[in-house]
Amino acid sequence: MTDSTVGAPAQPPAQTAGLASGGAGSRRFRGARNYLALIPFHLYLAVFLILPTLIVAIGALTTADGTPTLDNVTVLFTDPTVVDAFVYSIQLSIATAIAGAVLGGLLAWAVARGKPNGLLRQFVIAASGVLAQFGGVMLAFAFLAAFGFNGLVTIFLRDTLHLDLLTDATWIYGFAGLVVVYTYFQIPLMLIVFLPSLDGLRQEWYDASASLGGSSGSFWRHVGGPILAPSFLGALLLLFTNAFSAYATAAALISQGSPLATLQIGASLQSEVVIGRENVGKALALGMIVIVSVVMVIYALIQRRASRWVR
Amino acid sequence: MTASPGAPLSAAAPDIGALAARPRGVGGGRRPSPLQRSARIAILVIVIGYLGLPLFAMLEFSTRGNYGSRSLDSYAAMLNNQDLIDGVTTSLQIAVLTVVGMLLLLVPTMVWTVVRVPRMRRVVEFLCLLPLAIPAIVLVVGIGPIYRWMGQHLGAVGASPLTLAFIDIVLCLPFAYRAIDSSLRSIDSATLADASRSLGAGWPRTIFQVILPNIRAGVLSASVLAIALVLGEYTISSLLSFNTLQVAIYLLGGRDPFISVAVSLSALVFAFILLIVIARVGGGGRRDQREVEEPAT
Repeated sequence: MTDSTVGAPAQPPAQTAGLASGGAGSRRFRGARNYLALIPFHLYLAVFLILPTLIVAIGALTTADGTPTLDNVTVLFTDPTVVDAFVYSIQLSIATAIAGAVLGGLLAWAVARGKPNGLLRQFVIAASGVLAQFGGVMLAFAFLAAFGFNGLVTIFLRDTLHLDLLTDATWIYGFAGLVVVYTYFQIPLMLIVFLPSLDGLRQEWYDASASLGGSSGSFWRHVGGPILAPSFLGALLLLFTNAFSAYATAAALISQGSPLATLQIGASLQSEVVIGRENVGKALALGMIVIVSVVMVIYALIQRRASRWVR
Repeated sequence: MTASPGAPLSAAAPDIGALAARPRGVGGGRRPSPLQRSARIAILVIVIGYLGLPLFAMLEFSTRGNYGSRSLDSYAAMLNNQDLIDGVTTSLQIAVLTVVGMLLLLVPTMVWTVVRVPRMRRVVEFLCLLPLAIPAIVLVVGIGPIYRWMGQHLGAVGASPLTLAFIDIVLCLPFAYRAIDSSLRSIDSATLADASRSLGAGWPRTIFQVILPNIRAGVLSASVLAIALVLGEYTISSLLSFNTLQVAIYLLGGRDPFISVAVSLSALVFAFILLIVIARVGGGGRRDQREVEEPAT
């Protein structure tokens, strides 16, 4: 399902795959053998990627004994805890996508203006790679070390500045806390995704604009801005899915309740199974796949336009 | 180095090695105005400060001693914590299996598609990038029944935490694909393969002894990313109840937050050093590649 939808904008892979398998039968032995060599790869992904996705999709639409039902999916729209979790997740993802895109975009601009192989650039890229992709649980602890009840910032504000602003550290478990901690991994991801687009802006374009009497402002308004707009929008969507799918950081931070969609799925796997709700977890997972797929399709469409200028 | 056309998802899995050595764009003009320069410095200070503050807080928190003194006790204690050592050992073993499995799965397949069946390249690329659209938390829901089956029918092997390598390979495919692909595009694999084959080498020898050395920058970059990904993986191991490094750190957090912060910071610094290494090697790799383009080789 995701196969055809995400792939559609590019040269349709479904069609290519169809040609390939259709051709294999009618070709001579040598041609068929060429495709046979790819079987291990496809077999592996069939078992560890496609099969799990199918288990989720089919499980979401059946009862525990395999009878087709829509009850699990209905829960997505009727159970108030589930609806609230999805709404909360979406709000959090939108807020942190915007915060991450703006701050990360500015950071990317500041880095792109620096030396091409400079220390700053290498340092920021490596640090971003760590924080964006491997942070997880560790970022939650970093956040607690700064803003927790005994955190550095909390103590500094309370004892040195005598401000009671953050003394009651319970805010870190609410929406504001999640926004702050999620932005730690959104900014670095934005930098990694957006930097190539900024690098793709060519000096000649700026010179051309300047030689026609354009100022720096008019360059950004008429040339740089329009070229970067699709990349920026695409990155915004990518950041949204990134926050929406994140589990580890929130799971390490929040021990009571499951306010996010991913935490709901985690809880459904860990808690005792209620009779009649065995497959609700799969319906939640299917709901996530649908939302992420829709966003990724829009992302792919935008990225096609963006890649025209980025090489 | 050229971005692959028609691969809209590929930007979502950037190649960190290549990124570090990217040539300079304008970013807005040759001579910066004083306003731009101060804006740039302000942005760097604010954003890097925001990202650096919690890391500094970790350092401060993990070195707290009695009565406001500084001590490295937490760092010493983490070396004596058996749960932690078990977690690290398991994660490192999974990392080795993941790297080996990922390379065995990906390198021959990618080389084969370039040399023999170019029309399948898009399909392979699409499948490799597909995990980006399926969050780990969703994958774990679907993989649960498969792991339960393996645990019941494949004996001790099936129930071992090392089986996590199977799923980690899937998770690192998008990044590994991008890294290897950018190396593979910069060499003429078809000619290399023909030359090797015409001298009597079989396919395994051609792939592993002729082509592999020429794409080592990409392979190294992919391997390092895979290692970092395995060491940072929490979602799947915790929900399948395997004790990996991140699960150990999380459980430790409830008992002794000072040690768990010390471990977290050490792990982040370790991953940072790994990525600095690939940035260096990635830059060096590109210089090699230009030489390969000379017909003399």
